[in-house]
Amino acid sequence: MKQQTIAQQEYVRKQKRRQKTVAALRIFLFAALLAAWEGSARLGLIDDFIFSSPSRVAACLVSMTGDGSIFLHTGVTLAETLASFFLVTAAGILGAVLLWASPDLSEILEPYLVMLNSLPKSALAPILIVWLGNNVKTIIVAAVSVAVFGSILTLRNGFACADPDQIRLIASLGGTRRHVLTKVLLPGSVPLIISNMKVNIGLCLVGVIIGEFLAADKGLGYLIIYGSQVFKMDMVVMSIVILCLVCAVLYQGIALLERRIR
Amino acid sequence: MIPKLEIRALSYSYHTMAGETAALSNISFTVDTGEFIAVVGPSGCGKSTLLSLISGLLRPDTGSIRIDGTPLSESACRIGYMLQKDHLFEWRSVLQNVSLGLEIQKKLDAPHREYVLSLLNAYGLFPFAQARPSQLSGGMRQRAALIRTLALEPDLLLLDEPFSALDYQTRLSVCDDISSIIREQKKTAILITHDLSEAVSVADRIIILSRRPGRIRKILPVSFPGGAVSPLKRRNDAAFTAYFNEVWNVLQDPDSALSARGGAL
Ligand SMILES: Nc1ncnc2c1ncn2[C@@H]1O[C@H](COP(=O)(O)OP(=O)(O)OP(=O)(O)O)[C@@H](O)[C@H]1O
Ligand SMILES: [Mg+2]
Repeated sequence: MKQQTIAQQEYVRKQKRRQKTVAALRIFLFAALLAAWEGSARLGLIDDFIFSSPSRVAACLVSMTGDGSIFLHTGVTLAETLASFFLVTAAGILGAVLLWASPDLSEILEPYLVMLNSLPKSALAPILIVWLGNNVKTIIVAAVSVAVFGSILTLRNGFACADPDQIRLIASLGGTRRHVLTKVLLPGSVPLIISNMKVNIGLCLVGVIIGEFLAADKGLGYLIIYGSQVFKMDMVVMSIVILCLVCAVLYQGIALLERRIR
Repeated sequence: MIPKLEIRALSYSYHTMAGETAALSNISFTVDTGEFIAVVGPSGCGKSTLLSLISGLLRPDTGSIRIDGTPLSESACRIGYMLQKDHLFEWRSVLQNVSLGLEIQKKLDAPHREYVLSLLNAYGLFPFAQARPSQLSGGMRQRAALIRTLALEPDLLLLDEPFSALDYQTRLSVCDDISSIIREQKKTAILITHDLSEAVSVADRIIILSRRPGRIRKILPVSFPGGAVSPLKRRNDAAFTAYFNEVWNVLQDPDSALSARGGAL
């Protein structure tokens, strides 16, 4: 360890103290919200049949853990999300490479891609059900459609921004366009691909939930829509809480991958 | 004797939707084996274009380029092209960076690997073989870029302002290093620079280009007592200032100022 000056020690201590305060306040905020929610339900300020309450959510979670059904629903949503995420990532990279390889194709398809990207994909869901049926296929296609066009466009733009001098370098070393792709564009785009993955995982989850609302008998999206129809608000709230956790875990997974690669 | 490189009546124009840019017009010169040529000229006069043409990255509109007497497209001569910026890739180690050309040409076998390591050793980069480019100083990066070019064992070296990214002091010493490396290995080299003193301190001949479209204004032979003395020694020689002033005067010629005004329109 290097010798640290007093000023440096002071600075480090201040920063650490600040971090601890932030962490403590985060937990406090969470606890305060829970307490306020539970308290106003107990005091009858809100109707816990409609707004539920932390204790009712916990009870619901315990009963669904008991019969194992919560693992089934969470697992299904997770599997569908991961499947569509991998499809989107693969299709995004492949599509961007294809568009880069053929500038003509890229220019021809541009307006279509832009239009498909900005189209609200929930509008497609009913058609998908008619075409593909009430099953997992519909859900995965819905999720892929939410993220894939943006992913292709982002990566293609990233490839197009490559320094022309780096491409000249490859040519001056006797390389072809294939080498430009494998030695410059793909390795140079790793940070972009990962930041794109972070966006995609969120979008895939959106797509899966839309799909499950309409075409599922399993999954967290199904639990939410079913729970609201039969007025089991505890089940709805619990599913949303689990969904938050799933989001956080998936996002952290990619952040971990990012740190691994650095 | 057949010259290493023979360029005759070379012209080149760029085409874009905005219009045509004549970059080079009627360039002719020859370079002998082992010669070190410097090219100077105003910014935008087509110096980089000239090297791109010689390296085969661009095809001339008119004129011919011959290497060892055969047309460029049929020549088996290996040309090494060192670009203005080093473009070392951060996702590769220094060793992987300098081996990039060999990797692309599928020549990365044991003898070539050995050769690359010996180059790294000779130019003081061996301890940094596994380092990332960002851990190198500006001068070291430039040397790594030169090794990447030399690894393919080129017969003809094209250098496009290789020292322009460096501060003045590093620049003098890297220029000294690199020119002695090139002289030692008896390579034929063409160096582009906008630093006139650099041109005078390294070259056997200096080609002076006019403003765009680049034409040859003058080819100035440079010789110092004692043959190819090092750049630093040349800078201290009495003849240095005379050469410097001559290049300066050719570049300042009223004609070229006139065509500059025309060109700016
Ligand atoms: N890809 C291109 N498309 C159109 N015009 C170009 C292109 N590349 C260069 N030019 C034009 O051709 C002229 C010559 O360019 P070149 O890069 O050869 O100049 P240069 O002498 O190397 O300049 P510098 O000293 O600034 O590097 C410039 O005026 C430039 O505007
Ligand atoms: Mg240039």
